[in-house]
Amino acid sequence: MSGRVLVGVKRVIDYAVKIRVKPDNSGVVTDGVKHSMNPFCEIAVEEAVKLKEKKLIKEVVAVSCGPQQAQETIRTALAMGADRGIHVQVTGKDYETLGPLQVSKILAALAKKEDAQLIILGKQAIDDDCNQTGQMTAALLDWPQGTFASEVSMEGDKLKVVREIDGGLEMIKINTPAVVSADLRLNTPRYATLPNIMKAKKKKIANVNPADLGVDLTSRVEILRVDEPPQRQAGVKVETVDDLVGKLKDTGRI
Amino acid sequence: MFAVRNALCVGSRLSICRVLRRGCAGASIPVDDVVNGLTEEQIQLRHSVRKFYAKHLAPHADEIDKTSDFPGMRGFWKELGEMGLLGITAPVEYGGTGLGFLDHIIVVEEMSRVSAAISLSYGAHSNLCVNQIVRHANEKQKEKYLPKLFTGEHVGAMAMSESNAGSDVTSMKLKATKKGDYYVLNGHKFWITNGPDADVLVVYAKTDPEAHQKGISTFIVEKGMPGFSSAQKLDKLGMRGSNTCELIFEDCKVPEENVLGILNKGVYVMMSGLQLERLVLAAGPIGVMQAVIDFAFPYLHVREAFGQKIGHFQLMQGKMADMYTRLSCCRQYLYNVARACDKGHFNPADCVGVLLYCAENATQVALDGIQCLGGNGYINDYPMGRFLRDAKLYEIAGGTNEIRRLIIGRTFNSMFK
Repeated sequence: MSGRVLVGVKRVIDYAVKIRVKPDNSGVVTDGVKHSMNPFCEIAVEEAVKLKEKKLIKEVVAVSCGPQQAQETIRTALAMGADRGIHVQVTGKDYETLGPLQVSKILAALAKKEDAQLIILGKQAIDDDCNQTGQMTAALLDWPQGTFASEVSMEGDKLKVVREIDGGLEMIKINTPAVVSADLRLNTPRYATLPNIMKAKKKKIANVNPADLGVDLTSRVEILRVDEPPQRQAGVKVETVDDLVGKLKDTGRI
Repeated sequence: MFAVRNALCVGSRLSICRVLRRGCAGASIPVDDVVNGLTEEQIQLRHSVRKFYAKHLAPHADEIDKTSDFPGMRGFWKELGEMGLLGITAPVEYGGTGLGFLDHIIVVEEMSRVSAAISLSYGAHSNLCVNQIVRHANEKQKEKYLPKLFTGEHVGAMAMSESNAGSDVTSMKLKATKKGDYYVLNGHKFWITNGPDADVLVVYAKTDPEAHQKGISTFIVEKGMPGFSSAQKLDKLGMRGSNTCELIFEDCKVPEENVLGILNKGVYVMMSGLQLERLVLAAGPIGVMQAVIDFAFPYLHVREAFGQKIGHFQLMQGKMADMYTRLSCCRQYLYNVARACDKGHFNPADCVGVLLYCAENATQVALDGIQCLGGNGYINDYPMGRFLRDAKLYEIAGGTNEIRRLIIGRTFNSMFK
């Protein structure tokens, strides 16, 4: 076993930023907008670093796919405690159409190349809300998956994952290598301390081309139009329960 | 894209409140650090401390001001220590972080953006006390005092002013008389930031009163030294929660080995420290101005009058433009002077000029912020009053604006002598 963990870190528009749709409805405004690491990816990094601190794994490798700025996100992961980074360079048209399937293919190829024992990802990114990359990566590698993890522990070469499911928690044991996706309650990510930010400066980030990994980035999804969510309409007051039931029936709610 | 994002920001479900407090403490106005010319690490530093303060300081900021007290200060200090923020400008070999003044300024600025009061206390600790010990202490003193100041176990302070020696600080009366292998201190100090909390204090006293300013020496005084006590906590207009008090020295015995730097040369320790104090202090008004626009600009885009958002009226557009450009000019001036200091180039007129300019603009921007909020700006349910009261301090502390003008004027006078 290699004792190596790959962690996916995605650069997204910061969650405190108000999202604006482009006037031509082709997407959202990203120019000059503050970006940061997807919060669920932060949780994934924290979990990997914790596993390393418990000496259950040996190395944490942070991976991000995107343009040059993706390196900032990798640096954040390095300052949190990841050992090294891999920047998969995806730019221009390819970046615009980069989706869960393409990222999964990249991660699967890197997992083989790096001989990873575990891949930890955020359960979803707060930009496209897809929630697919973890599942697709596991499928492509034919590895077991522990999605929506709220607790991860290692028992020998098996992985115990407590999953957040509708109506409660589910505990599963899976073989490694495996893919885990982090839910919100898995941990509280640490802050990058000043000394660690300086140490991260010396850690290496390798540049990789998707073509070198033999990955085809062609997308099968075409975005037709992006719109703002509809404005919420004002409500109406009703006098009696009968009125309420009547209104709800009229609008087809019951 | 909107669903989870809204959940993260609004935090309507209990389970996600944690994320709410980390990043969504009000929509803030972005700081363009590419324009500011910061390095990648400095940008990351801003990002990291901002997140940290948003969770650990922002929820308490209003309460700290209202009660003029921060019960969680000791715990917060230890967290600052863990973040490596208490000895930013101190060398790595003593447990510091070994970085520059601009890095220190980013940390102070972001803290002032959340709570200027606590940031003032932080500045008194990390700059006035720690930086003076780093610059002037001998090896033994450094080994004894720095480690606990870096971890936050100890709180630091510096005592210079007296009730009758503020601007004219060298007229101080605190007297230190040598007796055997220790000094006996008699007198008082006034307006001492962190006074009630400090474990280690850098204190200036006259060892040779006849020689006036050439008879000043510097001492490291510890809490609990016989004859040393702190008097009443002062009730201040602003910066409430950054504890300030009078210090009393009644036959206070300070060992001879606690003299910091050379005997009777304290005025050099003091004046050279003042330059850097002013530089780092100037990050405070920048943070306050940023806090004002963080609060006022979104408000202008929520509040409606005459059927439109008031931010779309030209008078309010003008206000936003003025407030933003004032802040931006101050920030550029400060960052540029700080970069020069990091290169070892100290221009006294600029170190003091930057605080003069930032302080006056902060008061003006805070006043404008109140005006933006109208009636709401004038009530204490909104933080605009706090911003103004905090801003005013910078025109007074670390040498008043009058003294700053005098210093700058004199540098030009001296060219024509």
